[in-house]
Amino acid sequence: MCVTTASGRRTLGTIVNSRRNMSTEDYQELEALARRGRWLAISTVAGSGAGHVGGPFSAMDIMVALYFRVMQIKPEEPGWPERDRFILSKGHSSIGQYAVMALRGFLPVEELKTFDKGGSRLQGHPDVTRLPGLETSTGSLGQGLSVGLGIALGARMRRQKFHTFVMIGDGELQEGMIWEALHIAPRYKLGNLTAILDWNGLQQFGWVLAINEPHRGDRRDPWSGIDLRGIFEKLGWRCIEINGHDFSQIVQALENVKASGNSDQPTMIIAHTIKGKGVHFTEGKHEWHSKVATKEELRIIAQQLDIKEALV
Amino acid sequence: MKALRDVFGETLVSLASTNPNVLVLDADLANSTKADKFAVAYPDRFLQMGIAEQNFVGVAVGLASMGYVPWLSTFTVFFTHRAIDPIRMLVAQTHANVKIGAAYAGVLTGLTGKTHHDVEDIAIMRAMPDMTVLAPADAIEGEAMMRWATEYEGPVYLRLARDPSPNVFDAQYRFVLGNTISLKEGNEVLLISTGPQSVRCLEAARLLEGQGISAGVLHVPSIKPVNKEEIVHAAEKVNLVITVEEHTIYGGLGGLVAEVLSEASPRRVIRFGIEDRWGESAPNDYLLNLFRMSAPSLSERIQKLVASLR
Repeated sequence: MCVTTASGRRTLGTIVNSRRNMSTEDYQELEALARRGRWLAISTVAGSGAGHVGGPFSAMDIMVALYFRVMQIKPEEPGWPERDRFILSKGHSSIGQYAVMALRGFLPVEELKTFDKGGSRLQGHPDVTRLPGLETSTGSLGQGLSVGLGIALGARMRRQKFHTFVMIGDGELQEGMIWEALHIAPRYKLGNLTAILDWNGLQQFGWVLAINEPHRGDRRDPWSGIDLRGIFEKLGWRCIEINGHDFSQIVQALENVKASGNSDQPTMIIAHTIKGKGVHFTEGKHEWHSKVATKEELRIIAQQLDIKEALV
Repeated sequence: MKALRDVFGETLVSLASTNPNVLVLDADLANSTKADKFAVAYPDRFLQMGIAEQNFVGVAVGLASMGYVPWLSTFTVFFTHRAIDPIRMLVAQTHANVKIGAAYAGVLTGLTGKTHHDVEDIAIMRAMPDMTVLAPADAIEGEAMMRWATEYEGPVYLRLARDPSPNVFDAQYRFVLGNTISLKEGNEVLLISTGPQSVRCLEAARLLEGQGISAGVLHVPSIKPVNKEEIVHAAEKVNLVITVEEHTIYGGLGGLVAEVLSEASPRRVIRFGIEDRWGESAPNDYLLNLFRMSAPSLSERIQKLVASLR
């Protein structure tokens, strides 16, 4: 499979596991992969007649960076003991993860068509008993960070060097169980654990926007005016704040935490993102949390994501 | 006679001596559940997870994925009520190799009152696919179940009473998953019970013999899975089946027996247990009398039932 970057066509996945410094072309490739990932997610949801869009789109760039640049993984051997671990705690964004895993070679891209269908390995929410490459099941919100904590703790006890990444959502952060994990992880000094907050500022319905309040979407940011970074830091987390759609910031942050896996502090990467990022009419719109695109919308989406074969 | 919580702590220590993967996660009740014995013996493998029961279930799932055999230790209510969502999604739905040591089950929980009584846990846990549900009668069975559970690959819920009960089994005892155990034969009434309540049923059956009523006692240590044929076979020998449990009469052992018999061999089943009400803080004797579950109480109730049927 080839992708078109600014400098022409090159094989998709050239960047995989490359340890060289990121070049302009490498960044362009990540961007192209993220566009394709978004297209696969939204077109799959359209084909299945149900699924989420806004969350997968806000998380896409970070997941592409993880799977294609940062994590040491073997798609042909998903259970490789030394692999880096990734848990998508906001499990309703599953189609985003499946799309990236398909592009990375964990499953055939064609298989995405089975999403949400009876007998599929691609359940509405990630099911570890069905799809090799997942680390646990998620879906009921707030639970993934605890499992990641257990894996990271186990890795320390086994003296294994891999890193554990857990992506949580800002809507999900309202669940009490996450706060249990947030105060326990620093006690065990788990520098090999990184939580990534996909702070897109919107949830399924949420609260109405207040007058004169800063916002990225058409409903109220659930943590508006709250110093989350300060709270995380006081609980003992090292915090890195990034624009979750800027690959240079994403890659730098993720490589930084991997390199400091031996440290005595877990890291929270606070990623400022936009729900529905990548398509002008899905951005910042809570209704796109879960919505099926029409044929006409898909045509526009393909254009905006530069998916040429979809336009034929 | 030994308290099941002492058995719990001592058996964890013993298991850890031969299995390097055994870990214990505590939610700050180790000196009540007696997991503190393990904390002293294996401080590096004792993981204090604080007063945060949902998280510690998730952490155990992560540790299990790293090849460990984590035993979770807290009170029953905090598992089956507070942490039931992660138990359902993370443990049962993924068939994680996590062992749930549910202490202080039932109502005989040392003056804690209704907040800490758990009389719904059997109903909740046996409704959950992929979950194995065990309830030992005495110290010997408790230890045997813990040894079995540690070898078994998958989730196990172990329902442990707090206080001592007389041993009904001896050193020859072997736990077999699913099997029921006849503690006493009888041809008129069959008492079916689980946990230490089986011991009180055995005492009640002996009192009934003195009154000319032949009562058998069938102990069900393995609530799920359970050998249904054995229940049917035992019930077919008698005129009256009575289930007795330190648990609500809805959906627990009584529910299980009624379901099995109504499908395979319909007959009258009377359920003794907690009848849709909460408990209170009181000594064990008081509560057993309140809920009419002491041996003399059971004997008296059964005599009346038998008289009405004769």
